[in-house]
Amino acid sequence: MIPNRVTIDVDAPLELARRVRIQALRMTNRSGASHIGSALSCADILAELYSGILNVDPANPGSPDRDRFILSKGHAGVCLYAVLAERGFFPVEKLVSHYQDGSDLCGHASHHLAGVEASTGSLGHGLSIAAGMAYAATLRSAPHRVFCLLSDGECDEGSTWEAALFAAHHGLSNLVAIVDYNGMQGVAPVAAVVRLEPFADKWTAFGWAVRQVDGHNHEALRTVLRDAPFEPGKPSCLVARTTKGKGVSFMENTVLWHYRVPRGAEFDAALAELEVRS
Amino acid sequence: MRDAFIRELTDLAPQHPELLLLTGDLGFGVLNGFASRFPRQLLNVGVAEQNMSGLAAGLALEGHTVFTYSIGNFPTLRCLEQIRNDICYHRANVKIVCVGGGMSYGAVGMSHHATEDLAILRALPGMLVLSPGDLWEAAEAAKHLVSHGGPAYLRLDKSSAPLTAHRDRAFCPGVIRTVCDGSDVTLAATGGILGEALLAADALAGQGVFCRVLSVHTIKPLDTNTLVAAALETGGIVSIEEHAVDGGLGGAIAESLMEAGASPGFFVRMGLRNTFSSVVGSQQYLRRVYSLDAAAITRIVSAKLGIPVPLLVS
Repeated sequence: MIPNRVTIDVDAPLELARRVRIQALRMTNRSGASHIGSALSCADILAELYSGILNVDPANPGSPDRDRFILSKGHAGVCLYAVLAERGFFPVEKLVSHYQDGSDLCGHASHHLAGVEASTGSLGHGLSIAAGMAYAATLRSAPHRVFCLLSDGECDEGSTWEAALFAAHHGLSNLVAIVDYNGMQGVAPVAAVVRLEPFADKWTAFGWAVRQVDGHNHEALRTVLRDAPFEPGKPSCLVARTTKGKGVSFMENTVLWHYRVPRGAEFDAALAELEVRS
Repeated sequence: MRDAFIRELTDLAPQHPELLLLTGDLGFGVLNGFASRFPRQLLNVGVAEQNMSGLAAGLALEGHTVFTYSIGNFPTLRCLEQIRNDICYHRANVKIVCVGGGMSYGAVGMSHHATEDLAILRALPGMLVLSPGDLWEAAEAAKHLVSHGGPAYLRLDKSSAPLTAHRDRAFCPGVIRTVCDGSDVTLAATGGILGEALLAADALAGQGVFCRVLSVHTIKPLDTNTLVAAALETGGIVSIEEHAVDGGLGGAIAESLMEAGASPGFFVRMGLRNTFSSVVGSQQYLRRVYSLDAAAITRIVSAKLGIPVPLLVS
């Protein structure tokens, strides 16, 4: 029984994802910030999470029975800021302050903003924090869930796997890890840096219930996220197969747009593509 | 000190159901009592200090008072970024407990010596840094931390100074405890090495030199008032720590006095100087090797005052 869930029609998450992508693009353009590729990669996942999966209430962001969401891949902060603003946690107009002097919106996710549970940015921290929150919920038999979105690159971090071991050992079925598996990390493809495959098998071997999904297929995302926990007594891992830079043809599946800032003609072209796709 | 800490925590646990003790697979034998009485409040997270610290932050953000427990540098340097980002930045209610401050683990080796921890932990915003000198201070520190809100570091030494007659004074974090009074020289010590300072003070008293011995059980926030008084009222200050002189107690005192505009007659920082404790031996032996024992303190003070070096009172 989840009382505060926002219920919206099935097309809405798609439109939310589009708006989030445009906001993220505008923010990185205005601020000269990196990581647009990483933000576009997880926009559909965040849009689905904040369209009826997470039990969160913008009017009461600290409600004890809310679901918790940790953006472990804090470099996609613009994506989280955009979705929170679009969902009413703070005014959309605030997004223009991203990166600006005196703003609350730093490049990486900041807990100084309503709706952001934890500040992140250094990779490999989020799953431990999420596991701590999930363990706390089990101690008081609270029914809420804890979701954590990781990048594939941060699965290079040993601390991610420390947390994975812990969560499985304690059967934290209220914990859901989603890996934005776009196959591209900071400076090279994942497969060329440190091989993660067989990736889903690794999580299975660590004791997690694992599902895989097309991370841009809203219906599939919705269905699988509603199913979590995937198995009783186990934490759930959703390996979301994604495309870095999704939604902008020349940004898709390229390492370049991890750091490159969309400016000038590139910005205009990217914006045009995102607007057309509505 | 470890046992005094655990005893105190065990006494307080039933009144504080929100209290959790996380261990990084250490405390064999010594945590059994706590574990059997409060199994829901003890969590062995395995040999995984980064995860322990992140978990602690997550648990604290959910309302728990969390102690993380390990030895040497494992609960601090191994997971420093989790302490900085997850615990301190979120002002999470986590108390980091190191068993084996300084060279407590003696012959076990450098990997288990915590000799830079005070400097590093005190650099973190919002961190309370406690380094008790005797068993009473260790127990009082534990008691204080249970009700203290926010991040804290507790450094427990294997050695401890003998209990002194001033135990009736309340333990005030952030206020230096004057263990014995005097106006010739100030010996400011932190941790169990306070015992060496007291031995040196006894020996010097035989020469008519009366030392003010300070137990600096709180490294951060540092008690500037007591230090300024020591600078103005005594002939000079010697800081004594089983720790690098860079950024530790001596460094903290120097900063504090300089900012206050108070200049002691002389100032000597006793501690490790740009070196790891790489010699094999007991804590006592290592203190002798690195010139941190009572004899070394008397040598320093005597040289500064131009008096013969006194014999230690055995």
